[in-house]
Amino acid sequence: MSSQASSLHAWLTSETPTSRRQARWAAVYKGWLSLKSNHMAMAGLAIIIALITVAALAPWLAPHDPFVQDLGNRLQPLGAEGHVLGTDSLGRDILSRLIYGARITLYIVALVALIAPIVGLLVGTISGYAGGWVDLVMMRITDIFLAFPRLVLALAFVAALGAGIENAVLAISLTAWPPYARMARAETLTIRGSDYISAIRLQGAGPLRIITKHIWPLCISSLIVRVTLDMAGIILAAAGLGFLGLGAQPPSPEWGAMISEGRRFLLDHWWVATMPGLAIFTVSLAFNLLGDGLRDVLDPKDSSS
Amino acid sequence: MRAQRTFVKRQPQLPLPPWVRGLVITLFSISITMLGLLLVTFLIGRVMPIDPVLAVVGERASQEQYDAVFKDLGLDKPLIVQFFYYVSDVLRGDFGQSLLTARPVADDIARVFPATFELATIGILLGCILGVPLGVIAAVRRGSWIDQIARVVALVGYSMPIFWLGLMGLLLFYGILGWVGGPGRQGIFYEDMIPSVTGMILIDSALARDWGAFWDAFSHIILPASLLGYYSLAYISRMTRSFMLEQLSAEYVTTARVKGMSEWAVIWGHAFKNIRVQLITVIALSYANLLEGSVLTEIIFSWPGIGSYITTALLSADMNAVLGGTVVVGLVFICLNVFSDLLYKFFDPRSK
Amino acid sequence: MSYFRKLMATAAMGVAVGVTALPVIAETPANMLVIANRIDDITTLDPAQSFEFAGSDVLRNVYGKLVNFDPNNLDAGYQPDLAESWTVSEDGKTITFTMREGVKFHSGNPVRAEDVAFSLKRVVLLNKTPSFIITQFGFTPENVDETIVVDGNTVSITTDKRYATSFVLNCLTATIGGVVDKELVMANEVDGDMGNTWLATNSAGSGPYSLASWKPKESVTLNANADYYGGAPAMKRVIVRHVQESATQRLMLERGDIDVARDLNPSDVEGVRAAEGVEILEEMRGRLMYIAASQKHPELSKPGVRQALKYLIDYEGMQNSFLKGAYVTHQNFLPKTYLGAVDENPFSLNLDKAKALLAEAGVDGMELTIGVREAQERLEIAQSLQNTFGQAGITVNLEVGTGKQILGKYRARELDIYLGAWGPDYPDPHTNAGTFAYNPDNSDAANATGLLAWRNSWDTGGLTEKTAAAVVEGDRSKRAEMYQGIQAQFRDTSPFAVMFQKVEQAGVADNIEGLNLGGAITAVSYWTVTK
Repeated sequence: MSSQASSLHAWLTSETPTSRRQARWAAVYKGWLSLKSNHMAMAGLAIIIALITVAALAPWLAPHDPFVQDLGNRLQPLGAEGHVLGTDSLGRDILSRLIYGARITLYIVALVALIAPIVGLLVGTISGYAGGWVDLVMMRITDIFLAFPRLVLALAFVAALGAGIENAVLAISLTAWPPYARMARAETLTIRGSDYISAIRLQGAGPLRIITKHIWPLCISSLIVRVTLDMAGIILAAAGLGFLGLGAQPPSPEWGAMISEGRRFLLDHWWVATMPGLAIFTVSLAFNLLGDGLRDVLDPKDSSS
Repeated sequence: MRAQRTFVKRQPQLPLPPWVRGLVITLFSISITMLGLLLVTFLIGRVMPIDPVLAVVGERASQEQYDAVFKDLGLDKPLIVQFFYYVSDVLRGDFGQSLLTARPVADDIARVFPATFELATIGILLGCILGVPLGVIAAVRRGSWIDQIARVVALVGYSMPIFWLGLMGLLLFYGILGWVGGPGRQGIFYEDMIPSVTGMILIDSALARDWGAFWDAFSHIILPASLLGYYSLAYISRMTRSFMLEQLSAEYVTTARVKGMSEWAVIWGHAFKNIRVQLITVIALSYANLLEGSVLTEIIFSWPGIGSYITTALLSADMNAVLGGTVVVGLVFICLNVFSDLLYKFFDPRSK
Repeated sequence: MSYFRKLMATAAMGVAVGVTALPVIAETPANMLVIANRIDDITTLDPAQSFEFAGSDVLRNVYGKLVNFDPNNLDAGYQPDLAESWTVSEDGKTITFTMREGVKFHSGNPVRAEDVAFSLKRVVLLNKTPSFIITQFGFTPENVDETIVVDGNTVSITTDKRYATSFVLNCLTATIGGVVDKELVMANEVDGDMGNTWLATNSAGSGPYSLASWKPKESVTLNANADYYGGAPAMKRVIVRHVQESATQRLMLERGDIDVARDLNPSDVEGVRAAEGVEILEEMRGRLMYIAASQKHPELSKPGVRQALKYLIDYEGMQNSFLKGAYVTHQNFLPKTYLGAVDENPFSLNLDKAKALLAEAGVDGMELTIGVREAQERLEIAQSLQNTFGQAGITVNLEVGTGKQILGKYRARELDIYLGAWGPDYPDPHTNAGTFAYNPDNSDAANATGLLAWRNSWDTGGLTEKTAAAVVEGDRSKRAEMYQGIQAQFRDTSPFAVMFQKVEQAGVADNIEGLNLGGAITAVSYWTVTK
């Protein structure tokens, strides 16, 4: 077992990789090692893994059904019998709702993290690579979306499609992609002019191949860093929509909606809003810590000193 | 969610002096963006399933009253005609009448935008004054306890739901400690007492030399402004740190140190000087975001700003108000963009 | 490190200066009344158009009417205001009002019979949403010159048929009965709008207060009318501030920055009760919370199913938990204190009975959508319904939207079930009977979007005729009996389940005396307030 592990370690850290695959894995491994030495980032990663576990095991972990109401037993304080984190306005167990809510949070985060950067990457690289009129038109469109008050755009979108978690995700993605497009375009412009892309072009590679095989991989690392750092913003934006009643619909235990429901009791029953607030805070913090660490690893500019 | 502005413009060649060409291209792209902005807003307003007529007539209206207002608002005309009318009105400076406030949208904006402007400006000032030094120190002392504290301060700012922090802040500083004024822009003593010149109460009261009113307004603005300041501080300090680290690792810094230049001169004289352009871009963006108006902050602090103005209008399908608000916010955003572009060109030796 | 220390010192100094210099005033002035309220529903302050709660609150204090309610004795019904007395003709169709002498508008112009006639005609001609309160008596733009006539110091109005006099006079106490200053209004006319644009943001009344300013979503300021014929009000200035959040209103009240907080939720009401120097003023209001089932739905149109729904509502549980103090169970369409109101609440949560009724009707589980607007207490009611309906095998999906969005669907007859509120428009039983139990033409083509019965595609099963008969009955006690009968039948057969009546719980500083919120029949009165 240990000899196997050490030989894997040797293979991954070999100074003279024998295959392209080995070289690629070695680079990933090196990044992992440097990430591992960053305690804060590891703490973030641990929280995120814990969140995923909790979401996956929600039915087994939750002490109560998150939807069952008990009007006679509402607004119970922390540590009440059978309700560690108390109960909400309709007498539902807050801990169970938080646990089930983790699924919704993950769902939002995963969807937005898939949609926004990919749209941005597409628009940005095509615009940057094609140049000329295509660039001009696409960048004007990007500008329009950037100049739009973000919440208005999201609100309008949600209002048009109807409130609900999927539409909230779409709306957030709609407001989130322009910065990625800007970024991908800037990277593309730098890469496009480089010698090695010219070399590939001379070898007869078409634009599609150059973009997908050579430009995208180079943009990805900075995108990942940015997405991770934006993750907190995404969770908070979803919570903000929930606060305005346009996010997840009742009785869904989405954390933002839970804060919104509980904020009426903030002065007397502070835990009802504070517990989901803490949950959002913890997860956002985790993503930020991880993003910060990833930046140090992936972003060469920052890790040089 | 935060925009990165590192783009290069490819400009077509025209036989004009470069500055004229630049100006023409800038103006052209501004107007195209503005027109696009209008069109998107307009379409949003028309496809939204919220009925503007109901906003006017209310729940009890009979069908004929409904139909009369429907016609009054010009909703029976084709979309493209409505848009054309709208744009030509806007070009003449007429944003139309708001359905919700019974007065011209331009008047409304003249009332709500200064409120947001005042709040955002103090917020961004606080964010810069504290965020920039914090970022610089964190970069200089990378890995030290100051760096760690700066990181935590910033990350907490990134991660805290603003409505929670806002309500808690209000409870603590206003409800319990009584250090600051409550929600709203002014205490009732000063309501309608200060002649409105700029719409910004701090400036208006200073102009009127009414220092009581000035302090009163200050006591009301300081808490929400600090809150917004904290959020921009988080962003600004992180970006400053990142920019500074890049500079400090550059060769010229090592050379300067080797030459025996003082640490202060190295940091502020050289490294900081080189990041100011990037920093201005970051700050301009943060500022633009604050000027959009933070709806949640405005709700919690009863601040009659542009964010909640546009939101309420949107939810009641008061499209003139939404369009007017969006145009103003979009214009501010574009102007800040152009402004930071110009600064970029001015300071950056490479672009000369 | 020295630069760092310098910096911190500067920052610390800044904070210290900021904190110590803040003046904090913890009491409102003795001749000023400061109120926190949600006033973002005000869209105009023209009495011929205003139809929202916050607007009625303002206008009641600004405009005098022919007849009005005395805040010190609401139970007495309408009393003379600008009209000193009135007589009714033999045939019961014409009422002639004699004007009170010596009353002046805020502008200094005398209040004449001419102004009254102008105000009423203006309502008919402008034809804004609330105009039906007046036009239901047969006034049309074509006939107003014959039906509303000035003769010296008197003005007489002639209705198209004989109505109960109390019905007509009750309608004149509504906001729309406000008498405007003809000279001033016409001086500000634009494009033949009879001053509609100008009055939206200005006032031309004769009431105890005049409008100083209305800043949308921010504040309304009223100045006392020192020449008010009923005596100058004690509060020289009234400021109503828009404060959205209940928690914020409570903090301001407890800090002494405001005198009255009008939108406290039950949780904050409890908190305020425990605080010193403030108390809770409770008044029964006219607003009802109800659900209605669309009769276009194949299952919901079965009488047994309609009945079953009424047994699937946890009236008591809600009333004693999240609605505590703010709503009381009330299952009839006339609010308490109205003529003909009844206090019978036969329904309570009864799962077995509901299941039996459903089984009898052949319904074995179904899926329904409840439309509800985004407002916290309604969402909670909706979730409670979702819970109890679910226990009887009815899956409920909530469709939540902004008020206008859901209302639009309701008016278009598109919802399975609507959960909403209804407030009476004027203090006469016909205001609710005429919409809950009146629907002369149930076809889609009729487009009677103003009638609740129509919106739910309910043909009323004969109540339409009974309602039409009740409104012309001149004998008060007979009329009350008729409404009681209508409500009994309505409870049992209608697709409406009226659930609760609103109780307003305002937080009031304990030095405030004489504040009247208006009960179920009118709006707030500021002129009786003293400190």
